[in-house]
Amino acid sequence: MLWQLFWVFVKIGSISFGGGYAVLTLIQREVEARGWASPSEFQEIVALAGMAPGSIATNAATLIGYAEAGIAGAVLATIGVILPSLVIVVAVTAFFFRLNSNEWFKSSFYGLRPIVTGLIIYAAIHFGLGGRSEPWISWSTAGTLLITAGCLALVIKYKLHPFAVIVLSAAAGIVLF
Amino acid sequence: MMEHEAWAQRIQRLGQLGCAFFKIGPSTFGGGYAMIATLEREIVQKRGWMDERQMADMISVSGSAPGGVAVNAAAFIGYRLGGIAGAVVAVAAITLPTFIIVSLLSLLSMVFKDHVKVIAALKGVHAAVIALIIVAAFKMWKSSILDTPTLLIAAGTVALLLFTPIHSFYLILGGPIAGIAVVQLKRRAGMKVRTEKQQAEEKRELHFPEYYI
Repeated sequence: MLWQLFWVFVKIGSISFGGGYAVLTLIQREVEARGWASPSEFQEIVALAGMAPGSIATNAATLIGYAEAGIAGAVLATIGVILPSLVIVVAVTAFFFRLNSNEWFKSSFYGLRPIVTGLIIYAAIHFGLGGRSEPWISWSTAGTLLITAGCLALVIKYKLHPFAVIVLSAAAGIVLF
Repeated sequence: MMEHEAWAQRIQRLGQLGCAFFKIGPSTFGGGYAMIATLEREIVQKRGWMDERQMADMISVSGSAPGGVAVNAAAFIGYRLGGIAGAVVAVAAITLPTFIIVSLLSLLSMVFKDHVKVIAALKGVHAAVIALIIVAAFKMWKSSILDTPTLLIAAGTVALLLFTPIHSFYLILGGPIAGIAVVQLKRRAGMKVRTEKQQAEEKRELHFPEYYI
């Protein structure tokens, strides 16, 4: 179990280009395929992971590790998701320099970046629409929409710090739901 | 004796690295953005461990490697200053505060799991996380969609994810292949390709794009 947790998160960590949001859907898929969390549990994990500093993917790994195998699980899942980054960054730092002036490297990222954009867009759609048990037109949907729209305005227009947005939305949730 | 002193110095450096990144950890909220400003202050201005040029290298490496930018930046700086041990210490130190916070949240959520208002608050946070994902997508869009092929790649990615059971791994594998193919084809057709957002268009904040979440 512990070994499996570690290994699954090593795999996720190795392809987590673009950081946290781009791999959320991948984590969900891996986790649900193994029966580690139901869709609604995963929604809860994402909300909790979003409340703490750090990458949302790493935080989700910690939470899933806890739920599955306690502290040892949390530690192993977290190390698993971070380890590939550590190894790759050290290798690149040790061997390279100026990879970013290489043509092949540039072309690769020219293609990879829009893919990451697509993954993040999909994550937004997926978490915006997925895992709901309520009907479409309901107080719950309206409230969620309202909070999401309010947060967008606060972040984009007023450049509010994400942490402030999270705190406000928790308060809004308490009032609305 | 000399050797002894060198060891003492090394261990002292590792301790300093650990302390610096432990302090930076909690400020990595919401991803790389805020964190890079903090890093610059701590590493370049306050401690003089690196110069601006090395910071620029750091930003390009930690943005390109998989994983969150904060952890990647810690690995880069740790390695430069203290070898592999330095990288491990820095990464552990930047992760530890978050790990503790997440653990506490996890405990709290288990205790108050069935409390109506806790569920309501989490629902509110969930809506906020959706907003943060949209903001991330929007920013990433600005630095990645440069022309028609990149637009098609992004649209194709979303369509594949929505309508097929494709695994993200293959999409990530396909990205560089598509990128190289498009650039080669365009070159052959005698067109000029811009593979990156032009520096001149970027403001300083865009310098650490968007990619870093």
